[in-house]
Amino acid sequence: MPATFTRHPVEIERKDTGIGGKPPLDRRPTGGGGDGDNWENRPPGRRGPRELLSRYRLGVLFALAGDLMFFVALVSAFFVRQSAGHFDARENYVSDWHPLAVPPILWINTAILILSSLTMEMARRQLFHEIDVMDEWLGLGRPAVKRATPWLVATVILGVLFLAGQWIAWEQLVQQGFRYTSPDPSSHFFYLITGVHGAHLLLGIVALATALGALFILRRVEMRQIVVDCTAWYWHTMGLFWIFLFGLLVFFQ
Amino acid sequence: MRSRIFTTHHRTLGIFYLFLALAAVTVGTLLSLVMRLHRVWPDLSLPFFGAMKPEDYLALVTMHGTLMVFFVLTIAPQIAFANLVLPEQIGARGMAFPRLNAAAFWLTALALLVLLAAFFVPHGAPISGWTSYPPLSAVPSAGPGQGAGMDLWLASIGIFCLASWLSAVTMLTTILGERRAGMTWSRLPMTVWAWLITSILTLLVFTVLLAAVLLLFSDRHFGSSFFVPMGDLVNGRIVGRGDGSPLLWLHLFWFFGHPEVYIAILPGMGLATSLFANFARRRPIGYRLMAAMLVAIGLLGLVVWGHHMFVSGMNPYAGTAFALTTMAIAVPSTIEVLCWLAILWGGSLLLRTPMLFALGFLSFFIAGGLTGPILAQPALDAYLHNTFFVVAHFHLVMAMAGVFSIFAGIYYWFPLITGRMMNETLGKLHFWITLIAAYGTFLPMHLSGLAGEPRHYERLSGPATSFPALLPVERGITHSALLLAAAQLIFLWNLFASARRGRIAEPNPWEATTLEWAPESGRSRVERGPYEYEIPANETNFNPQWERAAKEE
Repeated sequence: MPATFTRHPVEIERKDTGIGGKPPLDRRPTGGGGDGDNWENRPPGRRGPRELLSRYRLGVLFALAGDLMFFVALVSAFFVRQSAGHFDARENYVSDWHPLAVPPILWINTAILILSSLTMEMARRQLFHEIDVMDEWLGLGRPAVKRATPWLVATVILGVLFLAGQWIAWEQLVQQGFRYTSPDPSSHFFYLITGVHGAHLLLGIVALATALGALFILRRVEMRQIVVDCTAWYWHTMGLFWIFLFGLLVFFQ
Repeated sequence: MRSRIFTTHHRTLGIFYLFLALAAVTVGTLLSLVMRLHRVWPDLSLPFFGAMKPEDYLALVTMHGTLMVFFVLTIAPQIAFANLVLPEQIGARGMAFPRLNAAAFWLTALALLVLLAAFFVPHGAPISGWTSYPPLSAVPSAGPGQGAGMDLWLASIGIFCLASWLSAVTMLTTILGERRAGMTWSRLPMTVWAWLITSILTLLVFTVLLAAVLLLFSDRHFGSSFFVPMGDLVNGRIVGRGDGSPLLWLHLFWFFGHPEVYIAILPGMGLATSLFANFARRRPIGYRLMAAMLVAIGLLGLVVWGHHMFVSGMNPYAGTAFALTTMAIAVPSTIEVLCWLAILWGGSLLLRTPMLFALGFLSFFIAGGLTGPILAQPALDAYLHNTFFVVAHFHLVMAMAGVFSIFAGIYYWFPLITGRMMNETLGKLHFWITLIAAYGTFLPMHLSGLAGEPRHYERLSGPATSFPALLPVERGITHSALLLAAAQLIFLWNLFASARRGRIAEPNPWEATTLEWAPESGRSRVERGPYEYEIPANETNFNPQWERAAKEE
């Protein structure tokens, strides 16, 4: 029987470049990446700064998937309710749905929210610059925090502006005689959808404020990245949800 | 882990969840016994309660259903068992977000308290069933218990939705990101596959229920008309102000409600696979096929909700589509059953108590599942829908199969948790009495359902109904139900006595292969599949997952 040469498993597994040398692209502490689902060659123990970040990102992703279904339910209720009606005395199918003209200020609000998503993304990216992380590691202050803070503050201001704008829109509707308690189903949906989305944004502003505080309190670079990164994905998603909800309220009355 | 109460340790939380489910199942069972007694002796005066009015019977139906579906069948097989062993089974150090996980438990406990509080508010518990169909549920003046009781019900379910959402997020993140090195998809125990799918279902459907609850709450208190139809007349007063659609609630509710059934039963299917492999000492035939069929059942479960609405005035074309998707579920379910039978066929089965309960699960899954395709026919369902046939169907396939999987899990993991074995003799006694009494309770319901006995009626004789001929069957069912409940006292005795004085268990008493039984030291990487039995050249005949694989494979 001829001797066969079998490779030792350790040789196959070793993909790490070890000490020194530039880490491969997917292991650098910047956004994106990850090692796919290569669990066969997954090294045991802690796998660097990406591990915690991707865990939290995954959690936020799943939480938002559930949240998406919440809004999907509201939107499908919107369409079902829109087509609901009854037969009147002459056997005509009539509906109590009257399209609602949304207050024009919503267009401005939408622009503000899109802008806030941009500032949020700027803030998020500030925290993932490798050179800044290195500076901090060398004891040269916290350049990442310094650069991200103005963007975060801008996002908070824009978020508050958006909510104030929504408030003004509600006030305008009330002055036109559309209240939540008025019998019009389209106004129910307007208040419900904008209200629920506003509550989500309020939560986002609280998260932003927390992230802003956490930037100065948290000592680990990794944790600061996580806080801002997760808030950012939440914020972007709420912006995206709003664009769809706004389109629904404007074009599908 | 400084605090013993506000712990974030997943296994302790799992035990907490089990006790929560035990509290709910105790109350739920007592309620069902009162219902059974009332059906046979409607004029019986109960201690602490007095004579029962028809609306009290409906309140019992509502609370029994809500407790059992939400706080027992959703919690125990999925969340409680997953907290007990999921991190160990995939070789994780713990849940991905331990504090979120703990928060989910406390929210669930709060939801249970809020629900039980409905008994003690003026006019008592709500009467609109666990499905809470409007307009009965949407109009506070529609009946006793539809005021404060219904509000508490809605609050409880809303909190429960949030809690399930949080624990699903935790579980999914754990399964996807926290597996040990080498724990690939094809090495996951089947329970983990099941928990993965139920978590996805939970994520997708519980938030829909939350939205529906929000809309219903708005209808009740803020004058909107999502669900209340035009001209709806309640107690001589018109309450319907807009063209609300009760069918909308049915769609939203059953979009949640049907996947909920799979949330309750899929963990049992995963556990049955593990137990059959373990106690038959055989590899499952077609591991990938079984996992894929679990996924298929979960996905199909999302598109069948309409079969609950055949008799509610649904478009017949939609009904046909839902009938087709519903019958399609029979295919993956049958494949699962055939795979299980293939494991069991000709195997030398070790009939220990957990195995017996897993076999009982299989028996109920088949017996209850066979009536599924019957009820999936809109034409047959038109007759059967509001009869006891449906009660029999879902109590066999969901309730009994679910409960037997819970028992199997408790008997199986008891040594892991307490370090002691449960008493085998008492366990077997418990199994046989429960099995016989459960069939004695729910099989005759098929017959009375075929005879046309309506569900939701509080009595069979009297001016309203004319089914006195069915009373002997009813009497038999009630006696069987009493026996079924009494048999659980054996279980409770066994549980608490064995926890204190049971035989000390050796490590890995069932000779299992999955990682939760691994000794502390043997936790490196995973190189084996979950069910490596039938090893010819191995004297122990099984290779646990924590042992290193041989050099050449």
